[in-house]
Amino acid sequence: MFPTTKPDPSVLRGMTQRRFGRRDALRLGGMSAMGAFLAACGVEGQGKPQASVAPDAVAKFWDGKVKNGTLDFANWPLYMDPKKPELKKFTAKTGIKINSYDEVIQEMGPWFAKVQPQLSAGQSIGYDLMVITNSIQFGQFRDAGFLAPLDHSKLPNYVANAAKSYSQSSYDMGNVFSIPWASGITGIAYDEKKTGRPITKLADLWDPAFKGKVGMFRDLQELGNFGLLAAGLKPADSGEAEWKKAAAKLREQKDAGIVRQYYDQSYVDALGKGEVWITQAWSGDIFQKNVSDGTDFKFVIPEEGGTIWTDNMTIPVTAANPVDAIMLMDFFYEVENAATLAEYINYVCPVPAAQAAIKKHAAAASGEDKEYLNSVADSELVFPGESDYARLHYYVDFNTAEEQQDFTKVFDPIVLG
Amino acid sequence: MTQAPEAPVLEAPPTRTVKVRKKFGGVQFMHAYTWLIILWLVLPIFVMILFGFNNPSGRYNQTWQGFTLKWYRELFALDDLTSALILSLVVAVAASIISSALGTGIGYALGRYRFRGSGSMNLIMFATMSSPELVMGASLLTLFVSLGIGLGPITITIAHVMFSISFVATVVRARVITLDRSIEEAAADLGATAWTTFWKVTFPIILPAVFSGFMLAFALSVDDFVVSNFTAGTSVTFPLWIWGATRVGLPPQVNVMGTLIFATGVLIAVITSIRSRPRKQTI
Amino acid sequence: MGRVKRTLAPYLLVLPGGLWLLMFFAVPMATMLSLSLQEGDIVNGYVFTGHWQTYVEAISDYQTQLIRSLVYGVIATIILIVLAFPAAYWIAFYGGKRKATYLFLLLLPFFVSFVLRTISWRLILTDDGFLLRPLKEVGLLPENFHILGTSAAVIGGLVYNFLPFMVLPIYVALERIDPRVVEAARDLYATPITAFRKVILPLALPGVFAGVLMTFIPVSSDYVNSEVLGSSSTTMIGQVIQSQYLSSSNYPTASALSFTLMAVLLVGVFSYARALGTEDVMKVAAR
Repeated sequence: MFPTTKPDPSVLRGMTQRRFGRRDALRLGGMSAMGAFLAACGVEGQGKPQASVAPDAVAKFWDGKVKNGTLDFANWPLYMDPKKPELKKFTAKTGIKINSYDEVIQEMGPWFAKVQPQLSAGQSIGYDLMVITNSIQFGQFRDAGFLAPLDHSKLPNYVANAAKSYSQSSYDMGNVFSIPWASGITGIAYDEKKTGRPITKLADLWDPAFKGKVGMFRDLQELGNFGLLAAGLKPADSGEAEWKKAAAKLREQKDAGIVRQYYDQSYVDALGKGEVWITQAWSGDIFQKNVSDGTDFKFVIPEEGGTIWTDNMTIPVTAANPVDAIMLMDFFYEVENAATLAEYINYVCPVPAAQAAIKKHAAAASGEDKEYLNSVADSELVFPGESDYARLHYYVDFNTAEEQQDFTKVFDPIVLG
Repeated sequence: MTQAPEAPVLEAPPTRTVKVRKKFGGVQFMHAYTWLIILWLVLPIFVMILFGFNNPSGRYNQTWQGFTLKWYRELFALDDLTSALILSLVVAVAASIISSALGTGIGYALGRYRFRGSGSMNLIMFATMSSPELVMGASLLTLFVSLGIGLGPITITIAHVMFSISFVATVVRARVITLDRSIEEAAADLGATAWTTFWKVTFPIILPAVFSGFMLAFALSVDDFVVSNFTAGTSVTFPLWIWGATRVGLPPQVNVMGTLIFATGVLIAVITSIRSRPRKQTI
Repeated sequence: MGRVKRTLAPYLLVLPGGLWLLMFFAVPMATMLSLSLQEGDIVNGYVFTGHWQTYVEAISDYQTQLIRSLVYGVIATIILIVLAFPAAYWIAFYGGKRKATYLFLLLLPFFVSFVLRTISWRLILTDDGFLLRPLKEVGLLPENFHILGTSAAVIGGLVYNFLPFMVLPIYVALERIDPRVVEAARDLYATPITAFRKVILPLALPGVFAGVLMTFIPVSSDYVNSEVLGSSSTTMIGQVIQSQYLSSSNYPTASALSFTLMAVLLVGVFSYARALGTEDVMKVAAR
C-alpha cells in the first residue's frame, strides 16, 4: 500500500467537491469491487481532483471502434528489450502488427510540447499508445481532453493482476485514462570509489566536499521534491510558501558551486563518465547500468525519503487504432509478459504476481542468467516492500493551472541558472 | 603572434608563386599553426570514427574496449535510428529540390534583371540568412500552433526550404552576375525564343551553380537540428534522434552512420572539385 | 507582348520563393510578436491582451542568461578572429596550389552533424576520459578537476563549431588583395608593420566583418554547445528560450525572449556596422 500523509484541508475540499467526478470515474471502470476497496482504504493523501468525465464518455469514445490489426507505440528509451520479444509475442497472439515502436519520449515537458499542436488540431500524433509520467504534463494531457477514457471491460488482465494501490493514484483516480507501465523511485545514486563513503541522506547532496560533482534533476517536480524533502517539508502537501523555502535551499546548493548540472536522463552517462559522483537518480537506470556495464554504483533511498512516480500507458484521443492499443495495454498485464518486461527494465513492476514468475524463470536458468534473474526478483527496486514504500513520497500535485504555473515560476530560474 | 602576420607581408604577396626567402620563422610558424588548427578541427571527427569501431561491453559507448566491425554489420539493427536517417534523407531531398527551384528563380532574377523590389528581396534574404536559427524555428512553431497545423515531416520540409532558399539564391545570383550576356544575345540573333535561349543556353551555364545550391541546401537540411527541433512534432530526424539518444548513451551505430555520411560527403566533394575546378567563394 | 513579358519576368521568377519567405519567415515573426503580447496557458489557449509586462518579467527573470550569452558571443567572436586570421592569411598568401585542399580540410567538420561533433567533444573532454584521466593518475590534476561544465568548455565548443565561418570570409577578402598593391606600398618605403596596417588590414576588414556577421549571431543564440558542454552556471539565453517553448510550453514568455534576443543582436550588429561604416554592411549584404 502506498503511504498516505494526513489529508490537508484542500484535499478534503477536493473530495467533497468532486465526489461525483470520482464516483463517475469508478462507475466508468465498472469496478464496484474497487469502489469498496477504495472506501475501505479511506482518503488518499494527495487528493488531486479528477477532471470530470461525462458518464457516457467511455461508450461514446469506444462506440464503433474496431480492431485494425496495426499499432503505433510511443515509449521512453530503454523501456523494453531492443529485440522486443513482448511485442513479437503480442503480434503472434493477436495478429496485430506493431507498425512502429518509437522511443521518442525522453522528457515529459518536451513530449507534451511536441504533440500538443497535433492533438489540439484534432490530428493523430501518429501513435495509438504513449507512456507518460504522472507529472505536470499528465494533468495537462488530462485536462485538455487529450486522453481517451479507458474501457475497463477491455482490460481483464489489468483488473485481475494489477497491484490494487495503483487505482488510487491521485493523478488518475480509478485509472480512468491510464494504467501503469512501470513505476520508479527517485533516490540518490553514487560512486562509492569517488565519494569515499556511503551516502545515506539528502544532505549529502549539499556536501561541499563534492563541489562540482553533484547532479540534480532538471525536471522541476523531481528537483522541487528533493528541495522540499531536504528542507524537511513534505511534497504532497506543500504550497507556494514551502516551494520558496525549497527553492532557497536549492539555490544555496547551486550558488555554492556544488551542482554540476541539472540533468535529464543523461545523468546516467555523467555518472558513468565520472562527471558526477553523486546524483539524483531513477532506480531502474542504476540497476541496468551496473548489470550492463559491470559498474558498481549504489542507489539509495535517502533517509529523508525518496519519491515515487509512475509511467502510464495512455491512448491519445486522436489515436487511429485505439482498440489495438488497449489490447496491448492489457497484454502487458498478463503475468508472464509483465515478468519478462520487468526482467529487462528493472523498474517497479505493477503486477505483483510477476515476482513469482521471475523466480520461476530463474529456477529454469543457470549460471549468470540465474543470478541475474534472482537479483531482479529480489530487488527492492523492482518489487519494493512495505518498508520501502514507507519512505517514498509523491510528486507535488496541482489543483489549478495557476498553481502549476506558480510552481514552475519558483523552480524554473534555478534550473535555467 | 603580432609578429607573425606582419613579417611575411612584404615579401610574400608580391611573389606568390616564388619561394619565400626566409629571414623570419613567421611563415613556417603560420604553416604549422594552420595545420594545428586543421588537426583541432578534425580531432572530434577522428574520435567519432574511432568509437564506431569500439566494442563496448555495456550500452554506453564511452571508453575504448576493443576493436570490432560488428556495428558496420549491424548498421541498421536499430529500427528507429534507421527510420530517422531515412526521414532526414527524404526531407533533405524534398527540401533541396524545392529550395533549388525557388532559389534559382530568385537568384536568376536578381542577377539578371534590375527591378523594383529587388532591394527588399535582398534584404529579406539577408535577414533569413542572419537571423538566429532558434528564433526562426520558434516563430515557425508559433505560426503552426496558431494555425492549428500539426507538426510533422511536412512542416520540417517547409522550414528547411525556408532557410535554404536564400543560400541557393545567393549562389545562383553570384553565377548569373558573371554571365556573358553576349551568348544569350547570339542565341536570340539566331532566332531562338527567350524560353529556348534560357533552357538551351543560360540554364546549362548556371547549372553548376544550381547544383552547388542544391548540395548546400541538402547539407543544411541533413544537418539541421535547431529548426527541426521546433517543427518536427513527433517525427524524428537523424540529428534529433542523436540528441535524444545522448541521454542514455549513444549506440555505436550512430558513429558508423556519422562516419559513412562523412565519407560520402567528402567523396562527393572531392569528385565535384575534380570535375570542375572549385569556385573560390563557397558561401 | 514580349515587352510586358520581359518586365514581368523578374517578378514571376521571384514570386514563388518570395511568397515562401513571406509566409514562413515574415508571417511567423509577426505571429510570434503577437503571441508575446498574449496571456493564457497552453491547455486553455491564449488571448491577445497587449500584456507587454511579459517582456519586463522575462527580461528581469533571465537577464543573467541574456547578458551571459552576449558576453560569450563577444569573447568567442574575438577568439575566432584571432584564431582564424593567421590561418586564412597563410592559406591566402602561401597556400600555393594547395589552397583548395587546405580550405577543404578546414571545412571537413561540416561533413559531420553539428550535434555529433559537439557530442564528440564531450567524449574527449569528459572528466575521466582519455585526456584527463592520465593527468589525474599522475597527480598533475586534482581528482575533481573538470573542463566540461565550465565557461571555457562552452566557449571552446562555440569557437570550434564556428571557426570555418570566420576563416572563409577572411580568406576570401585576403585572396582578393592584389599583390601589386602591397608591392606599391613597399616601393613607397612602408615598413612591414605599416604595410600590414595600412594596406592589408583595411582590405581584410570586410572579410572580418562578414565573419563576425556569420558567427556572432549564431554563437550568441546557440544552445547546443552550452547544453552539451556546459553546466548550470553556463546557461545561455538560447537554452532558456528553447526550454520555455519546448518544455514549459510557456509561449508568451518564450516569444518575448526570442524577440528581445533578436532585437539585442540586431542592435549589436548594426552598431558594429555603424562603427565600421555602413558601406561594408551593404557590400556584405549584397554578396
